[in-house]
Amino acid sequence: MKQTLLSLSNLSKQFSGKTVLDGLDLEILDGEFITLLGPSGCGKTTLLRLMAGFEHPDKGSITLAGQDLTHTTPENRPLNTVFQHYALFPHMSVFDNVAYGLKMEKRPKGEIRQRVEDVLAMVQLQDFAQRKPHQLSGGQQQRVAIARAVVKRPRLLLLDEPLSALDFKLRRTMQVELKRLQRELGITFVFVTHDQEEALSMSDRVVVLKDGLVQQLGTPREVYERPANLFTARFVGETNFFPGTVDSVHDGSITVDVFGLKRTLRRPDFPVREGQKLHVLLRPEDIRVLDPADEHGVAGKIVERNYKGSTLDSVIHLTDGTEVLASEFFDEDDPAFDYRLGEPVKVSWVDGWEWLLPEEVAPEQSEEEFPADA
Amino acid sequence: MHSVMQQPFKTAVLILVWGWLLFLVFVPNLLVVGASVMTRDPATFLSLPLNLDAYRQLFDPLYLEVFLHSLYMAAMTTLVCLLIGYPFAWALSKVGKQRQLVLIFLLIVPFWTNSLVRTYALKLILATNGLLNSALMSIGLIDEPLQLLYTEGAVIIGLVYLLLPFMILPLYSVFEDLRQELLLASHDLGAGRLSTFIHVIVPLTLPGVLAGVMLVLLPAMGLFFVPDILGGSRNLLVGNVIKNQFLDARNWPFGAAASIVLTVTMAFLMFAHRLSKRRLGEEGGS
Repeated sequence: MKQTLLSLSNLSKQFSGKTVLDGLDLEILDGEFITLLGPSGCGKTTLLRLMAGFEHPDKGSITLAGQDLTHTTPENRPLNTVFQHYALFPHMSVFDNVAYGLKMEKRPKGEIRQRVEDVLAMVQLQDFAQRKPHQLSGGQQQRVAIARAVVKRPRLLLLDEPLSALDFKLRRTMQVELKRLQRELGITFVFVTHDQEEALSMSDRVVVLKDGLVQQLGTPREVYERPANLFTARFVGETNFFPGTVDSVHDGSITVDVFGLKRTLRRPDFPVREGQKLHVLLRPEDIRVLDPADEHGVAGKIVERNYKGSTLDSVIHLTDGTEVLASEFFDEDDPAFDYRLGEPVKVSWVDGWEWLLPEEVAPEQSEEEFPADA
Repeated sequence: MHSVMQQPFKTAVLILVWGWLLFLVFVPNLLVVGASVMTRDPATFLSLPLNLDAYRQLFDPLYLEVFLHSLYMAAMTTLVCLLIGYPFAWALSKVGKQRQLVLIFLLIVPFWTNSLVRTYALKLILATNGLLNSALMSIGLIDEPLQLLYTEGAVIIGLVYLLLPFMILPLYSVFEDLRQELLLASHDLGAGRLSTFIHVIVPLTLPGVLAGVMLVLLPAMGLFFVPDILGGSRNLLVGNVIKNQFLDARNWPFGAAASIVLTVTMAFLMFAHRLSKRRLGEEGGS
């Protein structure tokens, strides 16, 4: 069992009357890679700045391994930050940038040299020590920023959307490299991103944030497959929401009416009663597109097909107008697989792959308000 | 096609620029260099033979003293401007955008009045029966008027007053470019306020400091009308010497030589400024 390293309790922060964080509790475990995920304005960056000490909370406390840090200045916190735009000192060489933190600790010269060289070797920049930051590529600058932060051997590394300025391919490489570094160093990483794919692929645990509140805290798999609410379901990945009505409740299962189809589904954790409305959530890869002659499934027609290499993505309009996204693995041996545009089909899913959520009273944000995940 | 259509316009602009530089900058400067190596002639201003007497005269103890005193006053002016301008520019970069515009506007408004007129206004304030003395006496701080006018201090006050905006504006520009993230990074890496100031803020604002020094130090040596109005006969600037050589003493070679020394000093400072900027990299960061 991992121990708690950083403990945030009841953290609140307002900026000119606007509540950014509202009584947030979070326990960060020693050695884990934890990601704060949410749309812009959800409070993830503020949370990171509170941990770094750049802002101070209006209420609540921050404790690192039993030591109260709430009012400690950034320079006295045993944690370091990798900034979104790297924030390398432009007037210093790569070596001096990395050595800066150790010089501030007044370490002996020999030790500084040794540690800087070691960490530069670790990020494969040993040959660039005398370059200035502006002579480096974006990915190299990124690695200097990481080296500069980890050379101090912090207990915790805070990373503020560190990959957002990189192009797609480089980002993939850096994701792998960051994971490797984290494993090798054994430092706890707190990673901020608005990119759900990045969050899922890198993290041990994901914290989904919205309006300064934790929506869900869990492993990437839990967050993706068993979203705690509609927000998480919408924000993490693509989801089809089918309206369902509870027809009858049994011991371990319930029968739900979805588009006139009666399906017996696993009974959810939340209380259900007959006649209750609920959401049946299905990821595009859970959807099966069937022949129109099939007796199971809901009738619709194909309106869009996108060949993605490993998958074939379709948009299907059901007869009542509901749009369904389906993503199927390519199967060349299946002659029925390739439907043409406009062709009638039936839509179904594999039993047990659905996820049920109760109707929510609060008005939902529309998906357009989320920033596009670049 | 496109470039051919633009060719006549491009040529015209280039001719204009180069013509301007050639006839209004290069040729006059060449004339000054020429004058500096000729011989003084009371009747025709200049005559042959060519010699370096004018430059030798610059090292005459009498003139050397004037030069050094001028340099001292200009340096003091620059220092005072820097001490006021640096924190001012820093604070200016920190206030809200709206207030920044107002403050910069206020900084520029005095330029709309001729500097000669403003120097006379300063004279009225500093005079024995001027505003400052009257004010100090009326609040009982002093019993009799202070001798403010016709002192070295008055010249420096005048120069600071005229030149302060030239220090503030380049400093403001470097402080505007100073990314807050860099200061946060410095703190994050364990540096306190003083260390951050020494290791990050000062080096990154150095190009602005040098630009400000350039814009203040050199004009401060040349603004001859300030000592004329505020300084009396003992507090001369290089500018006064040059003016006197051309208009009163009729020693053109000497005046020209003094101008060239000033110009070369300026070129040297500009070179140093460029070097410091290059050290920070073309774009100054990511």
